[in-house]
Amino acid sequence: MADTYTLISSQTLSGSASSVTFSSIPQTYTDLLLVASARTDRSYFLLVDSILVQPNASATGYTTRNLLGTGSATQSNTDTAALQLSAGATTSNETANTFGNGSCYIPNYTGSAYKSASLDGVGENNATEAWAGFTASLWSNTAAITSLKLLPYGGANFVQYSTFYLYGIKNS
Amino acid sequence: MADTKIVVNCETGEVSEVELTAEEIARREADKAAFEAEQEAKAAEEAAKATAKADLLAKLGITEDEAKLLLA
Repeated sequence: MADTYTLISSQTLSGSASSVTFSSIPQTYTDLLLVASARTDRSYFLLVDSILVQPNASATGYTTRNLLGTGSATQSNTDTAALQLSAGATTSNETANTFGNGSCYIPNYTGSAYKSASLDGVGENNATEAWAGFTASLWSNTAAITSLKLLPYGGANFVQYSTFYLYGIKNS
Repeated sequence: MADTKIVVNCETGEVSEVELTAEEIARREADKAAFEAEQEAKAAEEAAKATAKADLLAKLGITEDEAKLLLA
């Protein structure tokens, strides 16, 4: 049976950090899957933070559509900051010791076409207000993806025990 | 500790903890301030809309459910 789903690398933070970058990503898979379990140190009123995913550390060329649920209402917005894992990280304002979780799927990351991604994230608040996000993002760049930089949206830091897994998917 | 970034080399498995430069720290702080100001403005706008809606319903003397019925 073909080995179609392989852990490329993982990282659990031993302390807080402003970003995590997976570099020198092998070009031998068809798709990439990033899985995150994250919390940030933001003390401002927000319950969740989005995680920005920047291929090749690029800060430009992104188009994103977010669909969000708050527990009692829905929202939709657009953004251009990065591939965006909405609601993928809890903040200091959510239930203590809980971590958000989310995933980012990037098909055909070695190709020369623009790179699309589908992302989903959810906070883990033990309350009525708990956020979930579903996102479609596009990176309008023809370069193969060789690195992925992950950082909380808006200048927060990931806290200790935030964990990130990068998988390679083969289509055969 | 927060003024660091982690770089994981997927080929070698080497993990580097890199100190942020003064420029990177300044940019992060500026990003944070701008982001939180934007969120505060959004929250204030939503609160103002909610207040205006409640005031209008009170003026009309109907509930939100009744207003939805009217618009259905």
